[in-house]
Amino acid sequence: MTMQVVLQFFILIPLTGFVLSLLIPESNEKLISSVSFSTVGINLVGFILFLFYWLVKGRPVVDYNYVTLYQTADFHFFVDLYFDKITAVYGLVGALLTFLVTVYSRYYLHREVGYKRFFNTIIFFYLGYNVIILSGNFETLFAGWELLGISSFLLIAFYRHRYLPVKNAVKVFSIYRVGDVGLILVMWMSHHLWHENITFLKLNNLALLHYSMPSGAGVSLFISMMLLLSAAAKSAQLPFSSWLPRAMEGPTPSSAIFYGSLAVHLGVFLLLRTFPFWEHQLSVRIIIALLGLTTSILATGIVRVQSSVKSQIAYASIAQIGLIFIEVAAGLENLALFHFAGNAFLRTYQLLVSPSVVSYLIREQFYNYSARARSIEVRFPKALEYTLYVLCVKEWNLDSMMYRYLWNPLKWLGSKLRFFTLMGVSLFFVATYLVGLLCFFYRDEIPIAIAENLPILFSLIGLIMVLKSFTERRWARKSWILIIINHFWVVLAISFNEPFSIGQSALYLSGVVVAGVIGFLILVRLRGLEGGIDLHQFYGYSFKHPKLAFLFFLCCLGATGFPISPTFVGEDLMFLHIHEGQVLLALITALSFVLDGLAAIRLYARIFMGPPFKSDSEMAYRSS
Amino acid sequence: MKIQNTAFDEKEVIHLLKHYLPEQASLKDFIHQNTLQSFQKMKFQNALATSSALFGYKVFLGLKDYRNLHKNNKINDAILKWVIIERKGESALYEWRLKMCEQEYKRQIHTRIGQFRGHWKKQFKVDMDALVHPILFRILCSYLDQGISIWRFPACEKGFLNAIKELEQFGYSSFFRKRRAKNLLFSDECTIPDLLKILVGDESLFGQYLFDQQFAHMGWSGMVSVVESSPETLLDKRIITLRELIIFELLLEIDALDFHSGENWAPLATRVKDKPVDLFDEVEITELHEVLSLWQDAYEWTYYDQVLAGLVQAQKPRVANHKKTFQSFFCIDDREDSLRRHLEKLDPNCETFGTPGFFNVEFYYQPEDGKFFTKACPAPLMPKFLIKGRNNRTRRKQDIHFSKHSSSFYTGWLFSQTLGFWSALKLFINIFKPTSGPATALSFQHMDRYSALSIENKNPLDVENGLQIGFTVPEMADRLEGMLVSTGLTKEFAPIVYLVGHGASSVNNPHYAAYDCGACAGRPGSVNARVICYMANHPEVRTVLKSRGIDIPFETQFVGALHDSTQDDILFFDEDLLSKTNMEKHRGIEHVFAKALDNNAKERSRRFLSINIHRSSEKVHHDVRLRSVSLFEPRPELNHATNALCFIARRSLTKNLFLDRRAFHNSYDYRIDPTGKYLLDILKSAAPVCGGINLEYYFSRVDNQKLGAGSKLPHNVMGLFGVANGIDGDLRPGLPSQMIEVHDPIRLLMIIEHFPEVVLQTIQQTPETYEWFINEWVHLVVVDPETNALSVFKEGEFPPYTPFNQKIDLLTEEMQLFESTHENLPVLEIGLVNR
Repeated sequence: MTMQVVLQFFILIPLTGFVLSLLIPESNEKLISSVSFSTVGINLVGFILFLFYWLVKGRPVVDYNYVTLYQTADFHFFVDLYFDKITAVYGLVGALLTFLVTVYSRYYLHREVGYKRFFNTIIFFYLGYNVIILSGNFETLFAGWELLGISSFLLIAFYRHRYLPVKNAVKVFSIYRVGDVGLILVMWMSHHLWHENITFLKLNNLALLHYSMPSGAGVSLFISMMLLLSAAAKSAQLPFSSWLPRAMEGPTPSSAIFYGSLAVHLGVFLLLRTFPFWEHQLSVRIIIALLGLTTSILATGIVRVQSSVKSQIAYASIAQIGLIFIEVAAGLENLALFHFAGNAFLRTYQLLVSPSVVSYLIREQFYNYSARARSIEVRFPKALEYTLYVLCVKEWNLDSMMYRYLWNPLKWLGSKLRFFTLMGVSLFFVATYLVGLLCFFYRDEIPIAIAENLPILFSLIGLIMVLKSFTERRWARKSWILIIINHFWVVLAISFNEPFSIGQSALYLSGVVVAGVIGFLILVRLRGLEGGIDLHQFYGYSFKHPKLAFLFFLCCLGATGFPISPTFVGEDLMFLHIHEGQVLLALITALSFVLDGLAAIRLYARIFMGPPFKSDSEMAYRSS
Repeated sequence: MKIQNTAFDEKEVIHLLKHYLPEQASLKDFIHQNTLQSFQKMKFQNALATSSALFGYKVFLGLKDYRNLHKNNKINDAILKWVIIERKGESALYEWRLKMCEQEYKRQIHTRIGQFRGHWKKQFKVDMDALVHPILFRILCSYLDQGISIWRFPACEKGFLNAIKELEQFGYSSFFRKRRAKNLLFSDECTIPDLLKILVGDESLFGQYLFDQQFAHMGWSGMVSVVESSPETLLDKRIITLRELIIFELLLEIDALDFHSGENWAPLATRVKDKPVDLFDEVEITELHEVLSLWQDAYEWTYYDQVLAGLVQAQKPRVANHKKTFQSFFCIDDREDSLRRHLEKLDPNCETFGTPGFFNVEFYYQPEDGKFFTKACPAPLMPKFLIKGRNNRTRRKQDIHFSKHSSSFYTGWLFSQTLGFWSALKLFINIFKPTSGPATALSFQHMDRYSALSIENKNPLDVENGLQIGFTVPEMADRLEGMLVSTGLTKEFAPIVYLVGHGASSVNNPHYAAYDCGACAGRPGSVNARVICYMANHPEVRTVLKSRGIDIPFETQFVGALHDSTQDDILFFDEDLLSKTNMEKHRGIEHVFAKALDNNAKERSRRFLSINIHRSSEKVHHDVRLRSVSLFEPRPELNHATNALCFIARRSLTKNLFLDRRAFHNSYDYRIDPTGKYLLDILKSAAPVCGGINLEYYFSRVDNQKLGAGSKLPHNVMGLFGVANGIDGDLRPGLPSQMIEVHDPIRLLMIIEHFPEVVLQTIQQTPETYEWFINEWVHLVVVDPETNALSVFKEGEFPPYTPFNQKIDLLTEEMQLFESTHENLPVLEIGLVNR
């Protein structure tokens, strides 16, 4: 029991540290770094002590039903903590590296604008990391996943008034959201599989019993593939790899800890954590291993042509993670854990010393240069060598592919929907929603064939709303409203599915509505202060209105079901009511959640980040 | 001048482009230079206004900044008024003062560059930069890469476009998305005008378009332009021209449009109704610009006036009759200002000199096993000599973390399993107990202390690569004489004369070369110090000098040394050559140096907020040493930050002044050089070197984003020759914010001790030198050595100047002063207490 109780402290300590660090005035560098240092330090020491105790006790698996957030007769939403060997390794490596990087950054970041913001985000990241590795069920894990996504966005866009960091931050965030689709669908399916929010402990035990899946291979395969989707996105495996080098926009230590070591290995963590679930599905294991292998081979080729030091380290790390995927698939858990730790340490260090590469390699070159030194590839046939070289330089088109096949079609769709004005949106919403509500109240009168399809129809309308919001280029307020409206459609759509209490809808919509109204007011205020805001360009208003920026950021989080808002629980509830067979509905709903988050972050980025609009402060060129 | 000519002259436009693009060489050859040197033909104020209108640079501090400085008395009100009256006349005083202090201005940025090409986005909805830049930068960087990648650009020895053609011809994949651009590459119509015809259409706008295009990534274009004109900036040579870059970029642009809009798009000019303003049209100077430039003048003169008042007030030391204990030469570098002061305080009988740190010996240096030659003299000089090292005693250490094996497939697997844990340990150690490792760039490593150097040439046929190995006796004598006469040391030699070069040590610092000696082409000055000492100790050289009137006594010996300006340590060379008596003296002097360096470290550390300065000099010095080897320290030292003055005078003029490490000092005795012959030589290098440093700091400070490199924390090393943000950004020339943040952006004030008429005559002899002064890029004041009267150079004349400050304070307790503040200190008179 004691061990169970202790677990929560590894979340509470960073949480307290994070809140404290928010309260310190920006000018007090010393206090900011001391708080961060102590937070991570205490956590590290505590973790090591705990680890000893745990080892002495014979390495038991610890599971702790920490706190219940919401409960009905058939639904139990709770935070569950879990500790086993995997947690131990991830926890130790994470605490060690975060500690080192925090100490490192105390000096490194000295006098940098955003000193406080940096440490806030680092602790926030650490909080998310700990939530993930200590999570005992998918819901908790997903909460950590979201924290991590946001802290990642903030760290990449640390230099928020330059163009490229912001652009790349949104890009990486969008890939993370793709990974989120996987997790959402996993949660949805596992509800139906086990009729509860299953803990990893139970999952393990079921696996031990060689429990056969009730719904057959299809469902299991689906869940496994969704897990793999999430893991691949997070760990920059194919086809998502190109985001990792592009994430190297923040100060070097943050890139080191994030993209060199910890965050990027969380995909591996997800696979390790869910291994008992898919270990009996040979096909899944083969797919995972093949994905790892292909990634590893392609990434190695790309590494060889990289001419910038950080992108080289990024791809080298991806290649190793590919190998770790193979190890996990092969069931070599210990090796994978060992490999993870080694790779994380190595890449962190390599990134931290990466600026030294100039003096070191130039000296080496000065003494060891040989004009005829050639790599192995010159022995290839010419056509093959050249073809491969060009492909590797172009990163096998991975980056443009993401645009071409994922975002551009969505944007194209959104741009076809050019019929709304702000007023139009509101009127359209009120009118159609009334019709929707009428249908809902008289749903018994509606022929079954039609009623069955109404959820799809309404959720599609929701999706269209959010698509429009995502691609909106003219009015910020309209884009915002569309984000909010989407949630109403989701509720309406799903309430056709089966009767559930008004309370659940209220829970779901409460977060959205509060955030939505405040967010709208902020936009109105900003319009009053600065004039109209279209979304063709960046405005960088966080420079002039930091408070509004912060508030609006909170609203974005609230409106998109971030785990500070009741909507987070509500989202899970909604999926509970989507039936097992309604894959399409689940998919549309998941997609609209994901796009919702993306649209909100894009909106925030356009309005509050990027080069400050009409400012006389120094501004970098777009390309730098 | 106009760029919109009806007939497009390719050569002319490329020439112009090369003139305006940044001229920063690769990182290993970092040399400070005037960031706006392409505008140097104009008056400073006009140049600033013009460059600002053309390229959107911020060229002053903000209006608010100046007003705050004024409020805090950092801009003197009397001087402010004087500046207005001088420039606008007495009657306009009230009006302009109001404008400066009260009036609100809206800054209107009308940057001309990029406007025309911006229509791709406005009219065609094509984000050209997003489509072209990432792939273009990537290919360029891969091509120029000096050793980060493992797989070199195939066929790179054939030249840029040829290599691309080769890849496109024989490979099955292409850099282009569509056929047309690829076909164009191989057609005869692949010239700049042909491609522009397709893209732009209207010939009169070709030039402007190319400017827009190249200045959208001036970092990369600048690098290509530099590599084209001086290929030696890359050790692993690459053949590339700006023309090739333009052609390739035009092809990529055509390709991007084909990809975006299909092959049927109209040229840019057809959709742009109003012709853009000609890039080089006359720039109208705005009132805000005038206000700012008045502020800037007032800001500068507030400081200058203190210095000049100090010159008038400070007692000149009496000419000492007693024997000197030792004499020591240092580089003119502002970082040596305080060390000299501390030495002179600890040993009042020593004498110090300043001269450019290559000590008037210009050569290439090749250490043992070195595959290349490194220049060891100011960058513009082209030496004909080579000095080779041999018999090294120490070995170079390697660091496996930079090994390419860590990135490959299976060795990477092994590495991360094993080396990874070693990395964790190393990181831990370096964070809690920093020590130097193979990754550290150490100044003392530049030359093996005990290696032998081939300094003397006895056979003129001893030639390598067209360079004569070593100097002959007459050549040595000329150089030594030049240095001694120009600095004024021609008699009264002390028993030991030190020649102290300087260098810097740092880790995790891509700009390491910027910290070394600029007069040695961005390298430590150790080889030069040893070379000149060898010459000065050479009996035959002394005989020649004696015949020319410089009699160096037999007992006098010259000792070379290197001062590490980051760690504040000194390394002496060839001490074993000292005679017994001199050796004893040297042992004593070493202690003086050690103590002076401790004090110097303490003085420097007052700027480092993270060091506890309230301790003994030795303890502070220890922390200062640690900084230079700490991975996490982005400011190992502050380099030339706060530089503002350059003295060309005898030491007596400044010996009793506390100048807070803000002055370059070139020793010069007007009595030996009545006609200004040596003065001209000094100015020829001092103006561009000190002026260049000063202006690079100025511009990097006022616009760190466009003219500087921004914060170094996110920098990513590109191909070992440059830095960029992230992986697909433009190269960032200029200085990172960590180097310039404590710098006050004021122009250099050069102070010469001579008669105004001689100085006037001298500066007018070479137009390149005169330009610095007449166009006001550097201020010039002359101190009459006999009357002590001051005159300021203005519009080709030397009107007299009387300082506003009547009195400067006396420096009482030095160490207390250092502990009191990390801000700039005022000019102080060093009283007898401190002497």
